[in-house]
Amino acid sequence: MTLNDNVNIEIKLLLEAIYLKYGYDFRGYAHAHIKRRLLNRLKTLGLKRISDLQKLILYDKDAFARLLKDLSINVTEMFRDPSFYLSLRNEVIPVLRTYPFIKVWHAGCATGEEVYSMAIILKEEGLYERTRIYATDLNSIVLDKASEGVYVADQIKNFTSNYQQAGGKGSFADYYSASHGLAMIDRSLKEKIVFSNHNLVTDGPFGEMNLILCRNVLIYFSRELQDHVIGLFTESLGGSAYLCLGSKESLKYSGHADMYDEISKKEKIFRKKLLWPRSQ
Amino acid sequence: MKYSAVVIGASAGGMDALRIILSSLPATFPLPVMVVNHIAPSSTNYLTRHLDANSPLVVKEAEEKENITDGAVYVAPPNYHLLVEEDKTLSLSTSERVKYARPSIDVLFETAALAYGPALIGVVLTGGNNDGSDGLKYIKDLGGTGIVQDPATAESNSMPNAAIETANPDYILPLEDIAKTLQELASL
Repeated sequence: MTLNDNVNIEIKLLLEAIYLKYGYDFRGYAHAHIKRRLLNRLKTLGLKRISDLQKLILYDKDAFARLLKDLSINVTEMFRDPSFYLSLRNEVIPVLRTYPFIKVWHAGCATGEEVYSMAIILKEEGLYERTRIYATDLNSIVLDKASEGVYVADQIKNFTSNYQQAGGKGSFADYYSASHGLAMIDRSLKEKIVFSNHNLVTDGPFGEMNLILCRNVLIYFSRELQDHVIGLFTESLGGSAYLCLGSKESLKYSGHADMYDEISKKEKIFRKKLLWPRSQ
Repeated sequence: MKYSAVVIGASAGGMDALRIILSSLPATFPLPVMVVNHIAPSSTNYLTRHLDANSPLVVKEAEEKENITDGAVYVAPPNYHLLVEEDKTLSLSTSERVKYARPSIDVLFETAALAYGPALIGVVLTGGNNDGSDGLKYIKDLGGTGIVQDPATAESNSMPNAAIETANPDYILPLEDIAKTLQELASL
């Protein structure tokens, strides 16, 4: 398959060009997903070769911004996987309650739905006032959406059902106001959230977190990159702190796996061991 | 061997159709099989367990970054796309629905076609939409072989009809004959 080999070479060069020009590093991402997105974008633009796309994005920032949107996955919802949030409430919150101050890092927060879900749980458990949530993503367009906290109102039915299944203690309607087909997240939920740009591949750790959530991000990374990012989380977590991954993700491909206890196998909640044997 | 892998897509009526095919393949079937069956996002892994219990082959839910092993059957988990990597591992994705579906048959077929080229067999079974038709055409365009269930034997015939129209498959077969043909092709 010479043609496909050529396409793969061109993709490699394009990802290198994106990294050199814009600093976004997709070189360690799982290949099939990236390739599918690039080939679709090529078709939409009516271009013949990936190298044409390379030329375009090198000289046209807006074209790159659109491609970046293609390459990052921003599909999310409030209380996505309700059973996960129920476990979080039942298993993790009681421990966080014993801390004077709680630091949460939501890595790869996309448009913010799951960040606000976390804020709601902390609020209902009376912990929000002593929490700071750092919500990060590599894509500033989605971060802006996240900090606005405005969602399409037809999603509310699904969000409400998720909230109830996730063990919600109040009425979901208290957390947004709806008008003109849009649902605006209540201002009070935003108070303790800091939205900022952070790239898991190229940026460094965040200090002494009590809880890191990074759900459905690692599945887009190669095994090597997964290992790198889990290392970053391990450095960012305090002793006995929690790491939550997406329901189909694992620590299996990470050399750091033995530094964690599994709190919930099904919901992918891990807890960093207080002490671990240092490797030579 | 001429072929290296099989991909199967099914929708409405897919559970029975998949059971009939997978129960008729021998334990010695030499190729890996990747399966997308449209299923509600909140489903459990019942489909996988049901197929595993009814097939001599090992049927399991696909895990991300898993190595593809000959003779194993991998089923896309509910609410995730299943993709085949060119290094013969599996990937999952939560990206947008394609033709209203996640998992999407087209996504599996297209990525598998890129990974296996002419060594791939694609099978479109019963279903009430047109997912899989573009994917099967992609497989054919890259030199692979297409099989579509005879619409007359399908619980829901839209998906087979769409695939026949779009992809010009090599075989249009009654459900009961698909396993036999897969075995014959696998021995080439």
